[in-house]
Amino acid sequence: MGKFSKYIEAQGSDIVDDTPTLSRRGFLIGAAGAGFTLAFARSGLAMATPSEAVSTGAFEPTIWYQIYPDGHIVINIAEAEMGQHVGTALARIVADELEADWAQVTLNHVDTDPKWGVMVTGGSWSVWQNFTPMSHAGAAGRIALIEEGAKLLGVPKSQCQARNSRVMAGDRSISYGEIVSKGDISRSYSEDELKKMPVKEPSQRRLIGKQAHALDIPDKTNGTSTYGLDAHVDGMVYARPLVPPTRYGSKINSIDDSDAKSVEGYIKTLTLDDPTGTVPGWGMVIATSFHAANTAAKKIKVDWTPGKTANVSEQDVLDHGHDLIKDSSKGALVVDEGNVSDVFANAASTLEQDYVTHSVLHFQLEPVNALAFQKDGIWEIHTGNQWQSLIMPTLAKALGVDKDKIIMRTYMLGGGFGRRLNGDYAVPAALASKMLGKPVKMVLTREDDSLFDSLRSPSNQKLRMAFDDNGQVIGMEHHATAGWPTQVMAPFFLPKATNGEKYDPFSIQGANHWYSVGAQRLRAISNDLANDTFRPGWLRSVGSGWVNWALESFMDEAARKAGQDPIEFRLGLLKAEGKNAGSAPNSVGGASRQAHVLKRVRELSGWGQSLPDNVGMGVATSYGQERDMPTWSACVARVKVDKSNGRVTLERLSLVVDAGTIVHPDGALAQIQGSALWGASMAIHEGTELENGRVRDTNLNHYTPLRMRDVPQMDIEVVDSTETAVGLGEPATTVVGPAIANAIEDAIGVRVRAIPIRPQDVLDALKA
Amino acid sequence: MTTKFTLNGQPVTVDVADDTPLLWTIRDEIGLTGTKFGCGIGMCGACTVHVNGRATRSCITPVSAISGANITTIEGLDPEGNHPLQKAWIKTQTPQCGYCQSGQIMQAAAMLKDFPDPDDEQIDSVMSGNLCRCMAYVRIREAIKIAASDMKEGASNG
Repeated sequence: MGKFSKYIEAQGSDIVDDTPTLSRRGFLIGAAGAGFTLAFARSGLAMATPSEAVSTGAFEPTIWYQIYPDGHIVINIAEAEMGQHVGTALARIVADELEADWAQVTLNHVDTDPKWGVMVTGGSWSVWQNFTPMSHAGAAGRIALIEEGAKLLGVPKSQCQARNSRVMAGDRSISYGEIVSKGDISRSYSEDELKKMPVKEPSQRRLIGKQAHALDIPDKTNGTSTYGLDAHVDGMVYARPLVPPTRYGSKINSIDDSDAKSVEGYIKTLTLDDPTGTVPGWGMVIATSFHAANTAAKKIKVDWTPGKTANVSEQDVLDHGHDLIKDSSKGALVVDEGNVSDVFANAASTLEQDYVTHSVLHFQLEPVNALAFQKDGIWEIHTGNQWQSLIMPTLAKALGVDKDKIIMRTYMLGGGFGRRLNGDYAVPAALASKMLGKPVKMVLTREDDSLFDSLRSPSNQKLRMAFDDNGQVIGMEHHATAGWPTQVMAPFFLPKATNGEKYDPFSIQGANHWYSVGAQRLRAISNDLANDTFRPGWLRSVGSGWVNWALESFMDEAARKAGQDPIEFRLGLLKAEGKNAGSAPNSVGGASRQAHVLKRVRELSGWGQSLPDNVGMGVATSYGQERDMPTWSACVARVKVDKSNGRVTLERLSLVVDAGTIVHPDGALAQIQGSALWGASMAIHEGTELENGRVRDTNLNHYTPLRMRDVPQMDIEVVDSTETAVGLGEPATTVVGPAIANAIEDAIGVRVRAIPIRPQDVLDALKA
Repeated sequence: MTTKFTLNGQPVTVDVADDTPLLWTIRDEIGLTGTKFGCGIGMCGACTVHVNGRATRSCITPVSAISGANITTIEGLDPEGNHPLQKAWIKTQTPQCGYCQSGQIMQAAAMLKDFPDPDDEQIDSVMSGNLCRCMAYVRIREAIKIAASDMKEGASNG
């Protein structure tokens, strides 16, 4: 388990119920219902009667599966499905070791229950965290089936092997279904036995790394896939919220709904009283249909006293960030190695630049929504969510019940991208249902969704580099500030920096790079004005989305100062030595693997070719997010700039990614394609700004994500590797933006240091 | 008010306010939820259905405007869900979160009537009205070409 997921388990006492780490568990196989259940044992559990344990549910079902007499295998998935086909990837890890017939495997997405433990899908963790335990779970099942199959065939187990859901001995064989019907595969394995479980060599794999159709896709082509928006229960009423003028501190003085009373289906407007402070100052327009609630909402006048951030602008947040960076007493020193101050004081020359990123909306296509109702003493919350464990305590407080009186029902997510890690939208639906005593289906309009978004915070960064007489890099500083999602929503997660200050690891990830730069200081600062004005969100790749914008723009500027080719300059600093040597199991090879993807992308992109006027190429690279879980990525962007109007056209993206073992290659490719285009979209298409305490652009008439006509030629290469499987959902997002800015300078000789890059920004830079 | 129209080949009568968008009529009154709500202003395409064969944004189409019309939703595009576009969508593994895909497929189906053999430019200009937030655009384009080719083959064989 990784560094940060351990934090969830160790520090999230309010969030987590007795979740032991997987490595300290045994494994159980026991009869349950018609078939057998295979699951990790709870630590400390008596192993004597596995069937009793599984039939009473006394197992640790973060990873578990069932085999039925008809041969059908159901693999349970606690991760949220939001387009990454995570269920397919995880199931193939189990099925490969189990030697299962893939055609007989189905997925079951589970609802919340304390026994499932932590439910969170984000940070590109899913495959990386689950690979080893899922392999063990599959191997344990295979061995039990072989043992029992050998008995039924009347041959020694040493003569048997498993393949395609059958145990075979010579020309005789028996199916898993028959074994489960006729035999008893009940077993228990201790932690030590499990560790010694023979896991297949990579060359023996039959499913991992092979092409497969994702199991969730067919239903997504015929309208039958069910999202939160499709949730329905008899007797429900609809709600559209009245979103207050500020995220926090607004108070409703009065509501005038006299004009709404003529709307057919309008029922009433509620003023929510939220003991959790999640949705302060919210009203809820209740009606018999969403259209009626929506129509009525437009006719309702609310008198609010807004909170203190009602006049805050984007520039205010950035100015505050600028001041925070200037004050050296602020923030957490995440890295402080070598005598940075002395190195800079004695340097032959230095380079210093500031970078900015502006607000970005998640704009997941399904606006947030939730259906809440109480049935037989249990509250049911029907909604798509990425981190059920995080919002459950808040829901319990809002409803005034214990957590075990709430179930979150799982749905497909109409886009996650981190928005649905923050389950704040479940709270107003629950409060309204409690007030009304009936089921409430709350749907946000697109505009409401944007106003209520946990946007990606604006950020400021300052980078400095020190060079010696020979032009060698001898020191580097990186200072970054933004609103910190983890500080606001999951403060138990914050580790301590070298100076004892707590920091949001997600808001600085990507900065603790693998370049050998000598003395190094990395300072992360929370922008409190941002945190007060909106609820900062985790947005696809979180901090590395802005951190790598600055880092890789700056590396290019440093290369120019050093008079070197941008790729050569980076390669010169990517030395697999010292702390950048890498270590088993996650970062074997260290900086040399980042150097490798850079060299590959140099070839793939045709780097160095002569280009027409106003066309340029730019490079950027990243290790992803966490040094513990590096996904090595490199990108070359080719752009054309029209100097008459400042318009930047992205012509081509070349990407090389090394994510270790690839479980589901086509799914991996889809993730890289999508995340790279996200990077392009945030660099030159979308983006907004805060105005009067809220985001300015709330729908597609003003907020303009990348469309099909904007898609460049894309050439993607995934490194063939058997190293530890790491995450893929996010890393490509972070390299495209800086590669574009670097390409712009290559094309027309000017530098832009803020994203999104608008035509006017290019024109301004040309004039400067 | 009551409005009568044909939905996926079946006559239906709904009793909703005249200004109710076709989208919410289909979803909440009739209960066909394959058609999705994204932006409410006709600019994302998630709500695309066919009105008398033409791709139409159901979120900005009042139900009163389609009285007597033939409406087709994703559920009615092909009785078995085997329209060449649906098959191509699976073949190319296009959907990620999938939320926009009903609208993408309905838009593409209407386009193929106008441009049975579309080039990239035609695909881009028609399909750029449909937002895919997962940005599965490369595969959508590829799937449309595969479907177009399959349909041409089907037509010449038939």
